[in-house]
This record gives sequence, C-alpha cells and structure tokens, in this order.
Amino acid sequence: MTPVDTPLLIAEGLSKWYGRQLGCRDVSFELHEGEVLAIVGESGSGKSTLLRILAGLMEADAGCVRYRMRDGVTRDVAALSEAERRFLFRTDWGYVHQDPAAGLRMAVSAGANVGERLMAIGERHYGRIRGTALDWLTRVEIDTGRIDEPPTRYSGGMRQRLQIARNLVTGPRLVFMDEPTGGLDVSVQARLLDLLRGLVAELGLAAVVVTHDLAVARLLSQRILVMKGGAVIESGLTDQVLDDPREPYTQLLVSSILPP
Amino acid sequence: MNAPAYNFAYLDEQTKRMIRRAILKAIAIPGYQVPFASREMPMPYGWGTGGVQVTAAILGPADVLKVIDQGSDDTTNAVSIRKFFGRTAGVRTTTHTTEATVIQTRHRVPETPLKAGQILVYQVPIPEPLRFLEPRETETRRMHALEEYGLVHVKLYEDIARHGHIATTYAYPVKVAGRYVMDPSPIPKFDNPKLSNSDALQLFGAGREKRIYAIPPHTAVVSLDFEDHPFEQWRHPASCALCGDDASFLDEVITDDRGGRMFVCSDTDHCESRRAAPSQPTVQDAEVARG
Ligand SMILES: Nc1ncnc2c1ncn2[C@@H]1O[C@H](COP(=O)(O)OP(=O)(O)O)[C@@H](O)[C@H]1O
Ligand SMILES: [Mg+2]
Ligand SMILES: [Zn+2]
Repeated sequence: MTPVDTPLLIAEGLSKWYGRQLGCRDVSFELHEGEVLAIVGESGSGKSTLLRILAGLMEADAGCVRYRMRDGVTRDVAALSEAERRFLFRTDWGYVHQDPAAGLRMAVSAGANVGERLMAIGERHYGRIRGTALDWLTRVEIDTGRIDEPPTRYSGGMRQRLQIARNLVTGPRLVFMDEPTGGLDVSVQARLLDLLRGLVAELGLAAVVVTHDLAVARLLSQRILVMKGGAVIESGLTDQVLDDPREPYTQLLVSSILPP
Repeated sequence: MNAPAYNFAYLDEQTKRMIRRAILKAIAIPGYQVPFASREMPMPYGWGTGGVQVTAAILGPADVLKVIDQGSDDTTNAVSIRKFFGRTAGVRTTTHTTEATVIQTRHRVPETPLKAGQILVYQVPIPEPLRFLEPRETETRRMHALEEYGLVHVKLYEDIARHGHIATTYAYPVKVAGRYVMDPSPIPKFDNPKLSNSDALQLFGAGREKRIYAIPPHTAVVSLDFEDHPFEQWRHPASCALCGDDASFLDEVITDDRGGRMFVCSDTDHCESRRAAPSQPTVQDAEVARG
C-alpha cells in the first residue's frame, strides 16, 4: 500500500464500561486522510465516549486506536509515551469541545489563545506569532481589531470560531469535534457550519464529528456511523445512509421522530 | 531530661536533617521544586518562613548572617529575623555583604558580587512560575516533567500585546541549566543576570507552599523572552542621591508632599559602603562642584 492508501486512523474493537454501564461496545472503523466521519445517534448512545477514546482522552477497556504519525509510521496511540501523546494532541490533532470555554483559555487574549500552540512547539518570535494569529482570526471571520480581547467578551459563535482557529494553527491533519454547533443559535450554527466546511475542504483535514444533528452530518461528512446503546448499528456513505437507511432506528432518526 | 530542649537555630535536628535532604536534592536538580514538610515558625508566613527554615537548616555556629528586606538591613522584617537567629543560634550577624557567609533575602540580590562559599537564601511567596495561567497543581507538575513551558511565553505574549513590551518587572521567569523554568521570587528583573553563573550557592524557600529549590554555583540561568523582544534589565535612569551610583538598583523616595522625590540605592549596605569610601563623590558634591 502507498502511504496515501494507508488509513490515517484505525479503530479496532473499542469498548468501554463505566462500572456496569456500557459506554460503547466493539467499535471498529478506518479513517483516511482528508475524510470526514460523522458519529450520530441519540443522547446517551456512546458518541462522546467513543470520541474521547479516539482522541486518547480516555482509555478503552478493550480494543486499540492506531494513528499514522507524520513520519509515516502507524502507532498504537495507547503505547505512546505521555510526552509523545501530548505533543501529538497539540500539533497533528485538534479537539473542538462543544463548550468553547473548555477548549479556550478564557483569561488571556484571543491572540494568545491562537498563538499558544505555536509557543508550545518553540516559536519564539512575537511578531511572527502575532502575524499568524491575525491571519487565523481573518480565516475564521473574527474582526482582527479584537485580537487583544479575551474570549469572555466574545459571543458564543465567535468563541467557537476562535476555538477552531486555536486548533488549526499548527496545521493538524485530524480534528475531533464534539457537537461543534451544539448550544448555538440556529443562524449562528449555519454560519459556523459553512466556515467549517470551507476550512475542512481547503486544508484537506480529516475529522471525526460527533453530532446528534443529521443536517450537520450531511453537510460535513462523507461517511457516517449510527450508534445506538453503545454499538454501531449502521455505517456507510453519509448520503446513502441518510437517504436510504436500512435499520429501523436510523429510519426513525432520519424522519426526526426520535428526540435529539 | 525534663528541661525544654534547646535547639540550635530553633528547629530540632530531625527537622533540619529533613530540610537538608530537600536542599541537597534541590541542588542536584537545579531549578526543580522539591516538596518538604514545612514547619510552623514563630512568625507569620508573610515574613518568609520558607527562607527562615532553609537558613535554620544550613546555619552553623561559625556562620555570619546578614538579613535583607528589599535591599535594606533595617526593616522590621529584616531586624526580627536577624534577632531571631542571634537569639536561637547565637551566630554573629552583620549588615556587610562581604562579611556574611549566609544572606537571607526578600526581593533583592546584593549589588556586591557574591563569592564562593557564600549562600544566598531567598524568601519565596509563590514558587510555581506556571501558576498564573494554570491553577491545577497536577497539570503544572506534568508540564515541568515534560518540559512543556509554552505557557510562560503566553504570559510574556500578553505583556507585549497589552503594553508594547514585556512589562513583567518582578518575579521574571528564568530557565535554569537549560531545563527547569523557575520563579526567581519577586526580585526586580534588574537582578536576574546576577543569578546566572554566580560563585555563590542560591537557595529558595517557600514556607506556605512547602517548596525548596536551588541554583548551584556556576549554573546558567536564562531570562525567558522573544527573539524580537529580548530580555532587558531595568532600573530608574538616575543616580543615587546619596552615593552617586548610576548603575545600582534605585528606590524612589518621596521627600515632601509637593511631589518632591529622589532616588537612592535600594541596597543600603552597598550605598553606605560607597559613602564610607572617601573617593566616591555624591551627586550633591558633583552639583556643588559644577555650581
Ligand atoms: N463518566 C461516566 N460515568 C458513568 N456513565 C457514563 C459516563 N459518561 C457516559 N456515561 C454513560 O455512557 C453512555 C454513553 O454516554 P455518552 O458517550 O456520553 O453518549 P452521547 O455522547 O452519545 O450522549 C450513557 O449511558 C451515559 O450515561
Ligand atoms: Mg455527548
Ligand atoms: Zn547609593
């Protein structure tokens, strides 16, 4: 296989129990470079559990996650040293939290929020850091005149866009997103989705997007996993699954009979 | 023995041994914060109980102790600590930097270069240089272990974004021996270069936070900065009104209620020594001479 054919991320038999409560069971899939995978399902179906395991934020009870590093070598994420894992997490990966406050430093300026990853990997030129931060604020449609304001003075939509810029500044190849448009007004959601779609296409990003909103899945993803009770019950190309669902549960989801 | 036990320098021998072990570990890992079982001392925390415990643990009967507070030997704090060790250890005390073998300090490094064999003990209020942006102790410990120091630059970035330059003037963060980032205690950044490659041993004690750290002699200490905003020493651009020194760190003194002010050396021993030496003209002398 050529490197491009080698999957970027491989999940194999991932299971997680919270005591006797099942989190997720036996989840396997492959993600290729530049591919967006949506994970959908009703609340409590195991989406966030799976995402946190994939991103190395939580240990699985069974199974493994493998990732093709920038040097081309595919490695078991759980076997990386803590230093390697943390380095990966703030260079080649991004993680966008539903609540921007969880992914931002609310006490420092927007510029410092965007610049932090650069400083973390050794950038020591203030002018260059600021230039890059200005560039990224522009790309996520934030008025550059507000670069020195802390995110506490930003609206919810701006905070979410700032969180995205903060993650993308190191040019990651893979971004994890947990309900990135959740908690936002509908009009704000649409704008954020457009922006995300543009960035993902432009940068050739791979992404795993957790959402209970099928419109988000349809707009962003090429492939989809439908989860129910911790297990993947249906998967395939997003358009196919959503236009012609095989499983009754997916049919219910698509016809919006199930509550989000 | 029923009489109350006498302990040289107040602390019992077992406690002193425990503190010395922490000090030795701190010297072995320059800039690394070593936890220790900080004891209650007969003075409030704000008075530098961390420094006092370090001093108590290293003091011997032949030592000569100097205590300075913001450069002065004469503040209540400095006088009390000096008296405390005079009483509990019976050691000789001095105000002269050159005579002292142990110097306990709050907020300054003496102007007179320190010599081999001297020990400078700093009183430290907040030992963790990453605390201002990361309140979680588990997280800051991990950052030190993994050498993840980006946050220090985030703080410096904020300074420049807000003020146009690095406005941090006290407790300016340093990297010790190319490894650990360390808070030098609230000394003015003017003093930072004196930390590097000193002939003396430098010990730091934080009582409330129970940490000891050290800079062994001849250790490189670098003040963190940006390539395009390099670290700069800062002092009031003036001369001492008493001794005329135009290179020492100066305190601003208000002389009346009509805005009158003058600058004098913050290091009182340094200033007095210069005035005692007849060859040094004062500013007033110089002005009289010019006038
Ligand atoms: N920390 C936890 N402790 C116990 N149970 C949990 C915990 N986190 C999630 N769960 C349970 O695991 C299941 C999956 O949760 P989650 O992954 O959060 O689902 P989703 O993100 O799809 O809403 C749910 O039954 C949930 O109650
Ligand atoms: Mg969830
Ligand atoms: Zn003077």
